[in-house]
Formats: sequence, C-alpha cells, structure tokens
Amino acid sequence: MKAYKQVFSELKEQNKTALIPFFVIGDPDFDTSLAVVKAAIDAGADILELGIPFSDPIADGPTIQKADIRAMTSGMNVNKALEFIRRVKDYRDIPIGLLMYYNLVYQYGAEKFFGDFHEAGVNSVLVADLSIDDAGEITGPARSAGLDTVFMVTPNTGPERMKRIAAKTTGFVYTVSVLGVTGSRERLSDTVEDLVGRLKSLTDVPVCVGFGISGSEQAATVTRAGADGVIIGSRIVGLIESNLGDGEGMLAQISTFLAEVRAAI
Amino acid sequence: MKYKGRFGDYGGFYVPEVLIPVLEELEEAFYRFYEDAQFVAELAQLSRDYSGRPSPLYHAKRFSEHVGFEVYLKREDLLHGGAHKVNNSLGQGLLAKYMHKTKLIAETGAGQHGLATAMIGALFGMETKIFMGVTDIERQSVNVHKMRLCGAQVVPIEGGTGTLKDAINDALRYWTAHVTDTFYLFGSACGPHPYPTIVKHFQSCIGKEARQQCIEQIGRLPEMVVACVGGGSNAIGIFSGFVEDKDVRLVGVEAGGVGVGRGLHAATLVAGRVGILHGAKAYLLQDEQGQVCETESVSAGLDYPSVGPEHCLLKDTGRAEYVAAEDDDVLDAFGLLTRTEGILPALESSHALAWLVSQKGKLDPGTVAVVNLSGRGDKDVSIVEERRPLAE
Ligand SMILES: Cc1ncc(COP(=O)(O)O)c(C=O)c1O
Repeated sequence: MKAYKQVFSELKEQNKTALIPFFVIGDPDFDTSLAVVKAAIDAGADILELGIPFSDPIADGPTIQKADIRAMTSGMNVNKALEFIRRVKDYRDIPIGLLMYYNLVYQYGAEKFFGDFHEAGVNSVLVADLSIDDAGEITGPARSAGLDTVFMVTPNTGPERMKRIAAKTTGFVYTVSVLGVTGSRERLSDTVEDLVGRLKSLTDVPVCVGFGISGSEQAATVTRAGADGVIIGSRIVGLIESNLGDGEGMLAQISTFLAEVRAAI
Repeated sequence: MKYKGRFGDYGGFYVPEVLIPVLEELEEAFYRFYEDAQFVAELAQLSRDYSGRPSPLYHAKRFSEHVGFEVYLKREDLLHGGAHKVNNSLGQGLLAKYMHKTKLIAETGAGQHGLATAMIGALFGMETKIFMGVTDIERQSVNVHKMRLCGAQVVPIEGGTGTLKDAINDALRYWTAHVTDTFYLFGSACGPHPYPTIVKHFQSCIGKEARQQCIEQIGRLPEMVVACVGGGSNAIGIFSGFVEDKDVRLVGVEAGGVGVGRGLHAATLVAGRVGILHGAKAYLLQDEQGQVCETESVSAGLDYPSVGPEHCLLKDTGRAEYVAAEDDDVLDAFGLLTRTEGILPALESSHALAWLVSQKGKLDPGTVAVVNLSGRGDKDVSIVEERRPLAE
C-alpha cells in the first residue's frame, strides 16, 4: 500500500504540491461516485480525502451537507463505504485519508472501525468533531490498526496548542485556511501563509491546506506559502451537484478542473 | 480547556478544532465571573426586577383533588417571557456583556429560548440572531413574531426536519465563522462543555427557591420533584435543589410523541443509546450505524434527539428516573390544568403534568409532588385548538 511519505517525497523531488480532492463517499450514488473518484485519479489527484456521510455534519457548509444527504438517500453507510474504498484501491493504489464524525466510529467500535478501514486501504483518519484533547479515544486503536491520525489546525489555534496538535499528528496536518465551515470562498484569509509558516517551523509532518480553496489561483497561493498539499472539497462537490442529470458532463468538468489545478501547483 | 466537563463518562467537548479556543474563552470567563461580586449582584437585581424572581410555589388544590395527591407548581410560567428560559438567557447575556461581546446568537425550538435571548439582546443592546427550524417557525409563530418585535433576526433553517437539532447545527456552523465578536447563548443544559455546567448554574435558582419554599409553605420536603426533559435545563435546574436529599424522588418526563416503540418520539433517555452529537457524549436517538434519528413531539421544545449529559449520569446511577408521556396524554393534561386551575401550561411542561395524571391511584393521598411548570402555554393555543377543538 502506497504511503503518504512516498507520495510527498516523490512530489518534492518534482517540486510539486500534492493535489488532494475531497469527496463524500456515495455522492450522489455508489456507481457515479466511484466513476467520479476514478476520473479524479486520472486527472492527477495524488491523495484522496474521502468522507463518510453523516446526518449532522456540523463542520460542513451547505454544499457538503447536501452531498451527505444525497449519499445517505442513495443508501451509503459505513459498510458500503468499506466496499467503496476497496473498489477505489482496486483501481489504483493511491493513499486515502478518511474523514468522518465521531459517532460513526463510536457506534461501530473504534478498534474494529479502524481495523476494517485500514484493511480496505485507508491510510489516515480525521475525526471532524474530535480534538486532541480526547484524541486518546482514537489514537491507540488507530495506531495499532496501522493508521495515521490527522488533526486540524485553524486560524485561531494558539502557539502552545499548535505544538500539541503537531505532536499528536501523523501523516499530514490538516490546516484550515479560514474561520468557518467547509465551502468555497472568494478569497482566503490573510493568516493562511503565516499559519503554514508557523506550522512548518514546528513539525516535519507535511502540511496540507483545506477549506475554502476554490481554484488554481488560491491553490497556487497556498503552495507558495509552503504547503505540501492542497485539499479541495466544496468546489468539486459543487460540480457534482450542478451536473446531477448529466454523468458525462460531471466527469468532464471535474477532470478539467482538477487537471487545471494540478498544472498550477 | 481547564476542566473536562464530564459527568461520569458523559459530556465533554466533541467539537471541530476551530471551536476549541472559543469554548476555552467561554469557560475561562464563566469561572472568572460567576462568583464575582459585581456580576452576582447585577444578576440578582435583574433576576428580581426584570425577570420576576423568585417565582411562586403554588398549591394546585383542584388539580390535586383530581389526581388524588398534593401537587405544587413551581411557577416559572410567570416569569418575564413566559418560561424558565429567561434565567439562562439573562445569566449568559450578562456574561457576554462582561466578555465585551457585541452579538448574540441562539438556537430555539419552541421559540421560548429564542424569545428570552431576543429580550436580553434588546436589554443589553446587542445584535441578535435566532436560528429556528422551519417546522418550528410554523408551529410557534407567535414567538417568532415576538422575537422580531424585540429586534432579533430569525434565521429559518431548512435542514433535516426543520426542528431544534437542525437549528443547533446551523448555529454552531455560524458561530464557527463568527467566533470573534459573537457569543453563542446556548439554550439547554446540553451541548459541549462548558454549556451544561453554565446552563445548570443559571437554572439552579429554580431548585434553590423551590426547596426553600417547600420548607416554608409545607414544612417539609416533597416526596417527588417532576420536570419535563428536552435538553434538560428546567429539569436539572429544579433537580439540583433536591439531588442531595436522597429521599426525594426525581422524575424527568420526556416526549413520548406518538408512542415509544410504536412511532416517532423524542424520549432519548427512555429509548436511546449512548452516542455523540452536538459536542457531547450522551444518550442519543440513532440508527444502528449512528445516524441521528428524526424525532417527533407535539411540543417543539422537547423535539430533540439528545439530552444533557448530567441527566445521563443521573439515569445510570438511578438517582433520577426518566419516563415518557405521549402526545395525547399531554394534550389531556394541558386541558385538565387549564380547566381546574385556570393556568395554561406550555405543552413542554404538560408532559410533567401528564405523568402525574398517570399516577392517579398509585400514590398515597399525602404525597407531595412539586412540578416545574417550566412555561406558559399561550404559544401553544393554536396547536391545542387544532388537536382538541372546543365543542360549540
Ligand atoms: C416551557 C419550556 N419547557 C421546557 C423546555 C425544554 O427545554 P429544557 O429541557 O432545556 O428545559 C422548553 C424548550 O423550549 C420550553 O419552552
């Protein structure tokens, strides 16, 4: 299984930044979602960030909320998400970061959850509503399953806390570029460059930036700030939403968009 | 965070990272001010002159005759705004002021907490936004209008079933993006730490007064204290005054909706399983995989799939018991109190009354039951009219 380390060091040699698209697993349905993810891989995605849909995604804006509803309505659940990841890995050995809300892990049982998803081919987990303060509830089982634990740093994270987050994080640090929930933004906050800079001085773990990045220009800005990866979610999920009746168009637009960003970073 | 905010294993602060610094700031401010002499004095004065505390303890004799034991009502319905919610909104609003926050946001179900917060926003001159599900906006339109009259903006929430849970989701999202100047005035004794502790603190006046009033008016403690449980604020407020009195039975009444086991309801402690929602580990109504269930109740204020963490612990230790009352019995109890006493109870509070009615013939005639009459039912008149039309 391909590791993050390998991807990041290969990209570094080529002087490139990792392109990390985010998808809600099963949006709008299992087959279309799989086709979209494969298209993203073909368009140059280096790592995938995949979210399991949840009924109450408090860290997400309207675009991803709607994707969660589409996926759940078409029957996506934790067991089917495992199957989905196996199918992605059958297509390409690409590192996968899994994103979910804590209740899904808790109900499944952390040990079994992480074990099963690692076996399916996941590299890391990020629990959207679990901070480092309660990390103890997942780091043990995640590590013994062989998974990296990704945590977030946000624009309002103080220096002391940033150190503690960096220390608990393996795989990559998820740096949130704006105060707020997920969603495309016209512009990023001015603090993002400073944030990336401070993190880089604290840790050797790669730093990836997400939330609000909606195009090549912003992706390039983040890259210049020193980020090792760029995570793009709502913008791509929005392309799924606006092409619901047109599978071909959906794949084409997402491919074009990702290829464009790939070229810019 | 300085404290873990745990009640046994329940509670905590399961929130996205971006909210941690804000909750830390809130925790720090609460512990700095809650015993501060000036803060305490200002809150005491406003509680008396603005809210109308202390609220009376009233012996409902004709209602008592009907059920066959002695029922005393803790009259939170008489407070300004018409519910216990003002206790919390005033306390947290004052805290917001001491923290130099200029804007308030709040979620609301029945509109009582939204109204209480809108009133406090007007009182302190703070810009106020209330998040409310579209279903609740429709069934609690009187309160929506009152909030607007107080100058608050009511933000309609379409997501989910358009009820309290969805309003909390969006209030949390909004807060995430506006943490610098905005104070989230949370309405019940649930959610992430430090809210369960803060809300309990500001609602504990109910229990303190009620205990004192029992001693003065009855000469002894009651056999039982009964309250409805949505998120759990009015219940924890009154329970807190009696929890050390081991002989006093504490009964929390949840929303049985159309029937636990038969259809949708909101009886979290009665029928839920431990899970994580809105920042806390607590009993939760959820499917097998952990997706949160839809709920239903005739009362918007109890229509919520989770519950305060301290109630979860009180249930597990057996110190309090939790039961459910179904919509039809609730409407009957509403009618009974109205006709026997001329008091219109909120449909939320009517759940507590419905359980008392169900105890008719099962309790000794000398039994004293104190009920937290958490609010008045003016807001519910049109629902009652629809469900129980008066004969011509
Ligand atoms: C009158 C009244 N009682 C009770 C409740 C339920 O809330 P809690 O369980 O926090 O007391 C509400 C909520 O809106 C209410 O308006």
